[in-house]
Amino acid sequence: MRSLLLDGVSRRVWIALGVTLAVLLIAPLIVNDYLLTILILILYFAYTAQAWNIMMGFAGQLSLGHALYVGLGAYTTAALYVHFGLSPWLGLPVAVIVSALTGACIGFLAFRFRVAGVYFAILTIAFAEFARIGFDHFGWVNGSSGLFLPVANYTQSDLWNLRGKPVMFYYVLLFFTVAALALCHALLRSRAGYFWQAIREDEEAARSLGIDTFRYKMYAVVLSAGMTSVAGVFFAFYYNNLFPEQVFSISRSVELILAPVIGGVGTLIGPIVGAFLLTGLAEVIWEFLNAFGFDPPGAKQVFYGICLLFVVVLLPDGVWPPLSRALGLAERPDAPDDKPEA
Amino acid sequence: MAVLLEIANVSKSFSGLRAVSDVTFGVPEGSIFAVIGPNGAGKTTLFNMIAGVFAPNSGTISFAGQRIDGRTPDEICRRGIGRTFQLVRPFPTLTVEDNVIVGALLRQPDVPAATKRAREVLRQLDLFDKRAQLASKLTLPDRKRLEVARALATEPRLLLLDEVMAGLRPTETDRIVEILKKINRDTGLTILLIEHVMRAVNSLASRVLVLHHGAAIAEGTPEAIVREPAVVESYLGVEAV
Repeated sequence: MRSLLLDGVSRRVWIALGVTLAVLLIAPLIVNDYLLTILILILYFAYTAQAWNIMMGFAGQLSLGHALYVGLGAYTTAALYVHFGLSPWLGLPVAVIVSALTGACIGFLAFRFRVAGVYFAILTIAFAEFARIGFDHFGWVNGSSGLFLPVANYTQSDLWNLRGKPVMFYYVLLFFTVAALALCHALLRSRAGYFWQAIREDEEAARSLGIDTFRYKMYAVVLSAGMTSVAGVFFAFYYNNLFPEQVFSISRSVELILAPVIGGVGTLIGPIVGAFLLTGLAEVIWEFLNAFGFDPPGAKQVFYGICLLFVVVLLPDGVWPPLSRALGLAERPDAPDDKPEA
Repeated sequence: MAVLLEIANVSKSFSGLRAVSDVTFGVPEGSIFAVIGPNGAGKTTLFNMIAGVFAPNSGTISFAGQRIDGRTPDEICRRGIGRTFQLVRPFPTLTVEDNVIVGALLRQPDVPAATKRAREVLRQLDLFDKRAQLASKLTLPDRKRLEVARALATEPRLLLLDEVMAGLRPTETDRIVEILKKINRDTGLTILLIEHVMRAVNSLASRVLVLHHGAAIAEGTPEAIVREPAVVESYLGVEAV
């Protein structure tokens, strides 16, 4: 395990990661409340981006319905908390299991019947839509009138019940984002990581090398779904209200894949960089416009659109691959002697 | 020599077109066996049936004494048959080494062991110095050898090569012929190749099967085959003799 976590990471990358982490750890002490909420949003997208990236970036299976797993995680833990007073940390494993099983159902249907590519993506949208309509009529979670978590004016943070100030949520999210990065790094260097990449590149060639592609695609979907549902737990307890129309909406699913697409699909750091760029820059521009007295509606969406256009046309591999080369932090330097001989 | 791969009365049709018709032959363990024939003779169909891409309509395919016809490509590989593709299919965004590691992971317990195995194979195939390059950056001859390396990394008992010399210059062909001969000599690996390049077939194969219109029209040593009137007429042409 140690080697899986540490291998192939150069000293420069360690320093860059360490400095970034240190800055993020002390950030809440420095920034104001507004900036803290922006940082929380950035970490939220950095986490979900990594979870989605396992499925699409590593294994090549395009999901356009990941809001489904966010929603299932959110509703499961919120309902257990509201109805039974169950701590979100105890609800979390239930949420992960519910999401992973749902992912397994979708994966089984798709991969068993060879539904691939765009058709697979449409299937993932369809399931998110089923959930949206289903939850609209699901009385136990108050249907379309929404599920609300009790809110008080907190002076102290209660980590066990995830009730408290934004700074607590910030550190919880930071923990999960770092944990996800460590997990993704280890996965990419594991047997599963190699097999996923082979499947992503050429499924038929992967099969010819003895890889049970059905099984490994299932692993990717189940893991990605389970991880994504953790973000849902955060979503429920941070926002304190859940509406099916909002949680399962396709725009949520799309929002969630922008960061990895812009940062670099299939890379380790790209999804995180994408989250920072997209959310950070969008806020900066919005603030900037505001400062000059403009408050154009939908400015953020226009900005997202322009970013996406820019990346798709000019940097089809995302921002991170060229950026990492420029900074000397490339994950896979293209030089023959980067690895000492075993 | 024991027969490692046995093809018995195998036929395959595609919507009425009979691509392979009642073909029977055996590949002895440790031999290099070639299947030749003009375009459209059914060579690749036969190859794909062995590799598990299609199931035959009738007849049986046995490997090491067990039926394998109708099995999936991944299961056939796990049983010990490695294959290459006629149009090479490397994993383009992975390095040469990572391409081969994917194959090596089939039999190796973990990634470090697979890396070690991959490097051995890369040395055998003269690709060691290029191991950190992306597969998409390789030239065609290198990609052809990468294809062989990846299949070899799965530690097969039988290696299926689908026109691995096609599109190569004579010097490149000779190079890959030497490599394959050496592997066969050193490890006893059985090789079944489908080939157009007679220069390679003559210097590699101990036995040759000739397919024409889906049927086997001759089988024998390369020297005997080139003298068969049916083969000369259907495939080689008079000037080849």
